[in-house]
Amino acid sequence: MENGNGCCFSSVSSIATLSSVAVVVILILIRVLHVIYCSGRPLSKRASKPVSTLIILGSGGHTAEMLNLLAVLQKDRFNPRYYIAAATDNMSLQKAMMLENSLASESGIKVADTAQFMKIYRSREVGQSYITSVWTTLIATVHALWLMIKIRPEVILCNGPGTCIPLCVIAFIFKVLGIRWSSIFYVESIARVRRLSLSGLLLYKLWMADQLFVQWPQLQQQYPRATYVGRLM
Amino acid sequence: MGGEKTKRVIFVTVGTTCFDALVKAVDSETLQKELLAKGYTHLLIQMGRGSYLPTKSEGDCNLVVDYFTFSSSIADHIKSASLIISHAGSIFETLKLGKPLIVVVNEDLMDNHQSELGEKLANRKHLYCASPQTLHQTIVDMDLNALVPYSPGDATPVAKHINRFLGFPDD
Repeated sequence: MENGNGCCFSSVSSIATLSSVAVVVILILIRVLHVIYCSGRPLSKRASKPVSTLIILGSGGHTAEMLNLLAVLQKDRFNPRYYIAAATDNMSLQKAMMLENSLASESGIKVADTAQFMKIYRSREVGQSYITSVWTTLIATVHALWLMIKIRPEVILCNGPGTCIPLCVIAFIFKVLGIRWSSIFYVESIARVRRLSLSGLLLYKLWMADQLFVQWPQLQQQYPRATYVGRLM
Repeated sequence: MGGEKTKRVIFVTVGTTCFDALVKAVDSETLQKELLAKGYTHLLIQMGRGSYLPTKSEGDCNLVVDYFTFSSSIADHIKSASLIISHAGSIFETLKLGKPLIVVVNEDLMDNHQSELGEKLANRKHLYCASPQTLHQTIVDMDLNALVPYSPGDATPVAKHINRFLGFPDD
């Protein structure tokens, strides 16, 4: 008798557990789909104040293209600006600092009030073994989480380097959890004529970028949800 | 009449990369003879992080060849040259300065997306595109007068999209 009751009870509780798990999973899925749906549409409210902006810099050509874009963005709208570059990339933050310094000297505002510069650990260096890469990717992800919690940007601008993936994934999770709504803008490099880069492809396939811009028309034909904007350089 | 030949410099640059294959390719006697025949007088090689050292050379009958590793501004070297032979990283800097350019693609780099851009711009006749192996032939065949000037791009369409998306008023 007791055994019979015991079996009944445990099967009921395991059904209850399974049902709750299923409900939670379905709710999360609905929330994710809702976030993706809203991300693709322009923000409904007219912007009334500046938006905090995270700018993810990558080596060489990436930084040149990003600085080109920043030159035509109204600085009073995208404010404060947080620049992140990979720990091993020395040049990019310097170039960004030069840009901010010249802006500051023009307007008389102190750089520290409008811009901050940070480095982030890379998931994997070129040629690094895959075994140690698991560990370094973990560290990089935790570091990215730490930075994102501190910054919680309203706008994210990125254009290609692998450093942007952990940050964009965390931004997406923040959206789903309601921690912060970040509009993610990804500009594919001008060097990508026929195929998207790995970063671009990931953000496109996972529906994680609010807007993905491409600079050559054949990319827009291949990836219909992308927006063709012509050459930036 | 007489007097000095006008100095016509070919500037070879690899930026901050290591691109020994290109440096080796321009360090060839036959290639340098070809450049001499086309009226160039000087060959200046910026070799970056490469380990292969080209041979310097002086003299009236040869191309004057010199090299260095890095420079604080290669823009000045580009401006004073008549022809640029470069890795893919300096494409836009060179095109914006309006100089004729042969882009040499580094086949040792994994994921050679550089070649897509070089080929696209070569199709549009803004530059010539070659590999270290085909560089000599490209120089033989090139006609710099056939190159079409590159009109710089414009980032304002992206800025407009971003502003509109965020709900900022149009300027």
